[in-house]
Amino acid sequence: MREDRSPILELKGITKSFGGVEALRGVDFALLPGEIHGLVGENGAGKSTLMKIIAGVHTEFSGRFLIGGQETHFRSARDAHAAGIAMVHQELSVAPDLTVAENVFLGNQPTNRLGLVQWRRMAREAGEQLARFGIDVDPMSRLGDLPIGLQQLIEIARVLFSGARIVILDEPTSALSPPEVERLFTALRRLREDGTAIVFISHFIEDILLVSDTVTVFRNGRKVAETASAATSKGALIEAMIGRGGEALEHSYTDDLMLPQPRDSTVVLKADQLSLARSLKDVSFEARAGEVLGIYGFMGCGQQELSRILFGKLKPDSGTLAVDGTPKTFASTAAARRAGVALVPESRRDMLFHQEPVYKNISISILDRISSLLLKPTQERDIAKRQVEQLQIRPPVVGLDLGMLSGGNQQKVALAKWLTYPPKLLVLCEPTRGMDVGAKNDVINIVRDLRARGLAIIVLSTEPETVLSLADRILVLKRGALVREFKNEPVSKDRLLEAA
Amino acid sequence: MASSETAFAEAHRARGLAPFLRSQMRNIAPFLTLIFLSAFFAFASPSFATLDNLGNILTQVSVTGIIAVGLTFVILCAEIDLSIASIANVTGIAVAYFTLQDSYVNIANIPLPGAIAIILSILLCALLGLVNALGLTVIGIPSFIMTLAMMQIAAGISALLVRGQIAYKVPGLITMLGSGSIGGIPWIVIVAAIMLLGGHLVLTYTRFGRYVYMVGGNREAAEYSGLNVKLILGAVMVISAVCSGIGGMLGVAHFGSAQQNEFDTYLLDSIAAVVVGGTSLFGGRGGIGNTIVGLFVLGVLNNGLDHVNIDSFLKILIRGLILLAALIINVYAQRLREKAAE
Repeated sequence: MREDRSPILELKGITKSFGGVEALRGVDFALLPGEIHGLVGENGAGKSTLMKIIAGVHTEFSGRFLIGGQETHFRSARDAHAAGIAMVHQELSVAPDLTVAENVFLGNQPTNRLGLVQWRRMAREAGEQLARFGIDVDPMSRLGDLPIGLQQLIEIARVLFSGARIVILDEPTSALSPPEVERLFTALRRLREDGTAIVFISHFIEDILLVSDTVTVFRNGRKVAETASAATSKGALIEAMIGRGGEALEHSYTDDLMLPQPRDSTVVLKADQLSLARSLKDVSFEARAGEVLGIYGFMGCGQQELSRILFGKLKPDSGTLAVDGTPKTFASTAAARRAGVALVPESRRDMLFHQEPVYKNISISILDRISSLLLKPTQERDIAKRQVEQLQIRPPVVGLDLGMLSGGNQQKVALAKWLTYPPKLLVLCEPTRGMDVGAKNDVINIVRDLRARGLAIIVLSTEPETVLSLADRILVLKRGALVREFKNEPVSKDRLLEAA
Repeated sequence: MASSETAFAEAHRARGLAPFLRSQMRNIAPFLTLIFLSAFFAFASPSFATLDNLGNILTQVSVTGIIAVGLTFVILCAEIDLSIASIANVTGIAVAYFTLQDSYVNIANIPLPGAIAIILSILLCALLGLVNALGLTVIGIPSFIMTLAMMQIAAGISALLVRGQIAYKVPGLITMLGSGSIGGIPWIVIVAAIMLLGGHLVLTYTRFGRYVYMVGGNREAAEYSGLNVKLILGAVMVISAVCSGIGGMLGVAHFGSAQQNEFDTYLLDSIAAVVVGGTSLFGGRGGIGNTIVGLFVLGVLNNGLDHVNIDSFLKILIRGLILLAALIINVYAQRLREKAAE
């Protein structure tokens, strides 16, 4: 039983702060050999910070750090690696143009005495390793030619079989299909029998409950619960994750919120059976005038791809779009804009011109409405001034380069560019991410005002608060498919998390 | 309103003079280079700083100037066109090919009326530009590679048209614009000036010009603003080819002959003029004003080196070094500006 074994890794009273903000507060954490340890918590709860301390990425912290009972202090990720700690990050980090075998042995290819790579030995050993994982591919094929899920499995396999005694997996299942998840779990269980300790971070609580022995829950930089997986449930974990009572300053949306009766207004956008490679499966929905439709889901659930399809930046493999009842296939973003669709992507860097003045940023999308051949700079500045005044953009100087504005004000400019001639459908990705409370409220008010003016608005977010603060109706997107619709019923943060 | 003006003034005061100068580095440096070079040659050679020689310099940079107008559009979009000299060459050869040659010229050509010859030649260069545009936007070949292929294609067409021979006659209008003058001013200088001015007006005062700057400044943002980025990129490739074609036709008249490889040096000169002038290789910054300064820097350098007593082989090396210095300034100016913006 686990009490019999001594921990391979032990952290005591770990505190870590970034510029005065405490990301971890007095956290104790122990990992046993032959254990799969699940880690759950909201974004920013401190899971990643703790794992980066273990993997030697963050080296400045207070508290005790013991490996096999020995006090240790890593000075770099290299030290952690040498101590047998390996981490698989959420983002794929493979070399798609190299062969499978080269990827498996990346950085330590077997060489002969002359320093030449022993290709045949490398291919054979790579094949053997992958076979143990249940992967049957030609080790000499190009990695990039394989499906993304398989690429991710191969990357995980590389780390798992690198001989590490402690393996940290950050969201390993988000890009995997159900059979691939099953293969991963089989491999994890086999490693557990060999005595490897595995940390498994995931938003997918079912996956955690299925594969892990122990679950630890983080909230606001603290460890709030540690329990055997067999003794807990999804509901109990979610409750521990988001907490009860008013500890947060902001509205925490833990209590039920009543969604209004759906409006019977005109359907502005109708999406029918949209599918895209591994991102989206048969997504169908309607967006109505004067309604904010929220689409919630975890990172990588297909939101980003969906928003790009609506704005003509990506083409779906199948499925149709109709605006105001007319079927549309957008050949370009320009076509989507002319059809009355506008998009504010999650990254401001992607949609603003940082080296150009504010007024040029605001006028760029409407230039063809105010001028045919020659520019009308005075009119452009007037329009920009009106928007700057209405949205209270600071400083209120339209000639200033955009790069000199704060993030929240840049986000307002990103909205302002669509508002002079309002579109029929406004698609907002993560509209309040990374903003302070004041700017957040400003954005929320702007969106509500636009709804009152009769726009159809779609808000896509991975933060439940954003969706709950804005939406009249909420769809939940999970691994590329719509799994739940909330309308005219009570909804709360845990209900959303439960559905996702 | 008053408050916003104050805020503006404050913002500028806060930035101070030094950051402002740093952000203007790309405009100031080429101009200082021009003044320095002019002063140096004026001091080193009494025949340099004369009105006659100014006329020489203007004439010498005219063909490069015409070609550089279109190239400025391309580089502002953060693309490149390596086929400009080849397209100039093939267009010059084409206009001669469609003109009746003297009997001793041994080319199996197709004589047509002058106006038609000119129109066909312009259509030819526009078509080659369109192929560049389609390769870049529809197929998605990087412009560096696409125009490298076009450089060979245009050179190949040139070779097939003249088959190693030399043609001399071009339509009357082209002869006049290429080698004639009015009131002592060569027509070719006037044409170059008009095209540079036209390019400047388009870039500064039209919607299309704004799009060119925005696409060059941040292509992703331009697409997220609902601009038809591919259409704009395609258009600049065609503009570049047509400017090259006009430069090629007038160049043939200016040199008095149409033959293979006649324009080879113009590729480097045109790119150098645009970049030395301070237009950013990363797109979105610069313009025709910069190109004009760049043209004069190159013109003064080429002309001035002929006025001083230098080993003619050393001149090639010196030109290379000056170009390298300009490229270093170009890249640094970009970095300084980014820092100033932060």
